Amino acid sequence: MQSITNTSTRYGWAMIVLHWLIGIIFIGQFVLGFVMVRTASQRTSFELIQLHKSFGFLLLGLIVLRVAWRLGNAAPVLPASAGALERRTAPLAHFALYAFQVALPLSGWALVSVSTLEIPTMPFNLFVMPDLPLTESDAAEGFWASAHWYLAYAGIALVALHVAAALRHHFLLRDNVLARMITPSSGRE
Amino acid sequence: MHARILGLAAFAACLVMPVYAAVALSDAAGSYTISPSGSSIRFSIGKAGGGGFDGAFGRFKGTIRIDNGDVGRSKVDLTIYPESVGTGQGRIDAFLRSDAVFDAANNPEIQFRSTSVTRTGDTTALVTGRLTARGKTFPEKFTAELGGLKGGTIKFHVTGKVLRSRYGMDVGTPLYSNVVDFDMTLMGKRG
Repeated sequence: MQSITNTSTRYGWAMIVLHWLIGIIFIGQFVLGFVMVRTASQRTSFELIQLHKSFGFLLLGLIVLRVAWRLGNAAPVLPASAGALERRTAPLAHFALYAFQVALPLSGWALVSVSTLEIPTMPFNLFVMPDLPLTESDAAEGFWASAHWYLAYAGIALVALHVAAALRHHFLLRDNVLARMITPSSGRE
Repeated sequence: MHARILGLAAFAACLVMPVYAAVALSDAAGSYTISPSGSSIRFSIGKAGGGGFDGAFGRFKGTIRIDNGDVGRSKVDLTIYPESVGTGQGRIDAFLRSDAVFDAANNPEIQFRSTSVTRTGDTTALVTGRLTARGKTFPEKFTAELGGLKGGTIKFHVTGKVLRSRYGMDVGTPLYSNVVDFDMTLMGKRG
């Protein structure tokens, strides 16, 4: 029987599922965002942007769930192989990763809310997502477009650092830091 | 369709209509050229969550021929240049002109050719015809109401709904309604 909750040394499957789901969608959103603004066909571009908005709101929902779950479930401690520097920087990096997960979708939501194009948002054509109560203007649209763009590049750089750190643990330090984000806690550790 | 309306007016006159009693079919009969000044072709599309956006075509041409003896034989031809679309938002205009919607570069004209004009009231008529846009043609109906006949000038208020998906312009549904509401004022000058 695998545990849904974290233990002091292992992750429960809820955290593992949210981690990979959010990670995959996050990277997919980066690629989609990059492609959608470089697509020659205005129709395809429009449709890709709507898809990007849909996945953005899905991501925001998953992230809210993940933050709530994380607040109620302490992360497992670092293994003994982790050095003093890592013990200080890893929590900061993880906090930054959470901050970007929250800030990126919110900045996208702000962008569509202030856009003078006034295009409605319907995640996966299921329901109308209201705009944030912000004043629309070309200047505000330019600001949030830049903010969303910079956050995306900084966020993906942070993800790259996170992936490099996980690979270092797995292949150089040969500890279970990566493995424990794949195999859930049995509940007995 | 305008012709149709005129016919209506003529009938109305026979029936001692108070407003258009002065308009007799024989007075209205003839050929009119749609005058850009005094005419407008506006449209609006509803949006999910309320509201919508409005636009207008700045350039168009056409003729209205009102048959003296038989209103049903009246004709309306209208050509709209989609390149002239305007919504007040340049980015939306560019999108509408692009191959996402009108593909104005390859399809520079939207055409309406009436096939029948049927009187529906004292000053109203139903104009049926064939609308061609982006190489696709479908029958469409518009309601025309006679707004006035003065000297050599005749005026109609024309409304109708068109489903844009049939013309390969379904982009943005269901965020934006498939139904395009047209609201036109067509002023014709005799000759």
